[in-house]
Amino acid sequence: MNTAVPAISPGKRAIRETALADLDGLKQRHPAAFAKSAARRILMIGLPLAMVLLALAAMVWLDFSLVRIWNGLHRLGQFAVLMIPPAPEGRFMAFSIALGETLAIAFLGTLTAAILAFPVAFLAAKNVIPNIFVHFGARRTFDVFRSVDTLIWALMWINVVGLGPFAGALAIACADFGAFGKLFSEAIEATDGKATEGIAASGGSKAHQVRFGLVPQVLPVIASQVLYFFESNVRSATIIGIVGAGGVGAYLTELIRVLELKQVAFLILMILVTVAVIDFISSKLRMAVIGKSKMV
Amino acid sequence: MATAIAKLPDQQAAALSRAYASSVAAKRMKTLGAFAVLLVLIVISGQMADIRPWKLITNIGNFGSFIGRTLPTLTFGNFFADLANWYWNFGAWFRLLVETILIAYLGTFLGGILAFCLCFFASANLVRNKTTRFVARRFLEFCRTVPDIVFALIFVIAFGLGPMAGVLALTIHTVGALGKLFAEVVENIDMKPVEGLQATGASWLQVVRFGVLPQVSSGFASYALLRFEINVRGAGVMGFVGAGGIGQEFLIAIRNFYYTDVSAILLMIITTVILIDLGTEQVRHRLIGMERMR
Repeated sequence: MNTAVPAISPGKRAIRETALADLDGLKQRHPAAFAKSAARRILMIGLPLAMVLLALAAMVWLDFSLVRIWNGLHRLGQFAVLMIPPAPEGRFMAFSIALGETLAIAFLGTLTAAILAFPVAFLAAKNVIPNIFVHFGARRTFDVFRSVDTLIWALMWINVVGLGPFAGALAIACADFGAFGKLFSEAIEATDGKATEGIAASGGSKAHQVRFGLVPQVLPVIASQVLYFFESNVRSATIIGIVGAGGVGAYLTELIRVLELKQVAFLILMILVTVAVIDFISSKLRMAVIGKSKMV
Repeated sequence: MATAIAKLPDQQAAALSRAYASSVAAKRMKTLGAFAVLLVLIVISGQMADIRPWKLITNIGNFGSFIGRTLPTLTFGNFFADLANWYWNFGAWFRLLVETILIAYLGTFLGGILAFCLCFFASANLVRNKTTRFVARRFLEFCRTVPDIVFALIFVIAFGLGPMAGVLALTIHTVGALGKLFAEVVENIDMKPVEGLQATGASWLQVVRFGVLPQVSSGFASYALLRFEINVRGAGVMGFVGAGGIGQEFLIAIRNFYYTDVSAILLMIITTVILIDLGTEQVRHRLIGMERMR
């Protein structure tokens, strides 16, 4: 502590230069600020190193080769040139109808999933059904539904209702049923118990408690989540046609396979615009829904 | 203890109940209106999406029998032989499953690095230049709006069939999704350390390294893990378009009606996804805990 602190000379970056000049003094005066713990250091160096090594091993396993990347980039450049200018080449109406179908699939799928998941989510909430077996069972059911991808659900539903958008809507409904169940039950558990207690104290039955104590609290949260999922489902519904479950995906697959790249570019632009419009509308609606109740 | 509830004079009570009734009626009308709009939308989209509920009802038995047929015959007397029979191709499937996870990992890793580099340019509190921010944001938006499988379709043609196309497709999608989330994390930081560093004359890079990074690293890691979870699911279906992973085998099984293979592969996918979900959830809870302690 007896080292004299040098006076700070005026000028640009004065503090910095003074500090750098007096680095040793600073180290001596404030050892704690410069100390590095060994464990933290190992973590800081070891973890990124392990991640990079794993990534390199993965590249070897997955057959990465610079030659293929180089050739591929070259070909991608050619594709990019072929994509300009984007043009529908007389299929604008067909694309529009397919996009409408896509929106319909997303809308109906999301709505069905929400309607189905709403009652079941109460079973999975600890504060509604205290029975551990019921809510554990409900949660694992949601997990199983959630972990199967929409495209896999679509393949299975095609076996039941045949090729077409109906299978797509059912697939989205199934995949989202799991996701909604999880989110809804978490929203229900995060509610304030006071309202329910108040209703119980004034003699309300269990059904009353749920209807007047819980539902008003969770409804805005749920509505905003449903809207959010609708946005993301519009994106999923654009690809569901890849396996033959309706929407714009069928065109996309076919046109890419036959390298009609101008039409592909036009279709992708149409999708981007549609998604942007839907996002805009749904974010406005979400604001309106949440704004009223100040987000639980 | 009994307390008497004071009753209002009749006139006043009537006025209050009238006001209540009218406000409830207004709310009801609003709800009914919303339901009517919803109903119209349902009918229109039902028409467009070719919804045939009766077809579902008549064919729902198919779903049951489809599931039934995928179930393997497992007998107690001969359990292990039956199990071995069900998972007759376990070695190859397991390899493909590992490949799927590696595709997801590599996609998340590369995408995460790129998103990390880009997110600082997209956050309003670090970049004052509006053009840079606009370009960075629109680029990220493009990357995440085009579905990963569409990129995979194009890359399969450009780079050839195989997992590399899948990795690159996931990478691009991850850049878009993570870049946006990262930028939001950066925008929510406490600006005091940043201002402190700027006051001492630190360069932009130094500000980011010492002022921003310590605040955002746990948030970044948490989002990256979440993305990894999503990418495992995404990598599972990359095989549908020939971009590697277990999806190809699943598609073959389901198209050729190899029923027990379908259930075997599906069970492997579900187990993997749930295990990875649980694992990353644990790590993420710890990361969030670390952040709370700071």
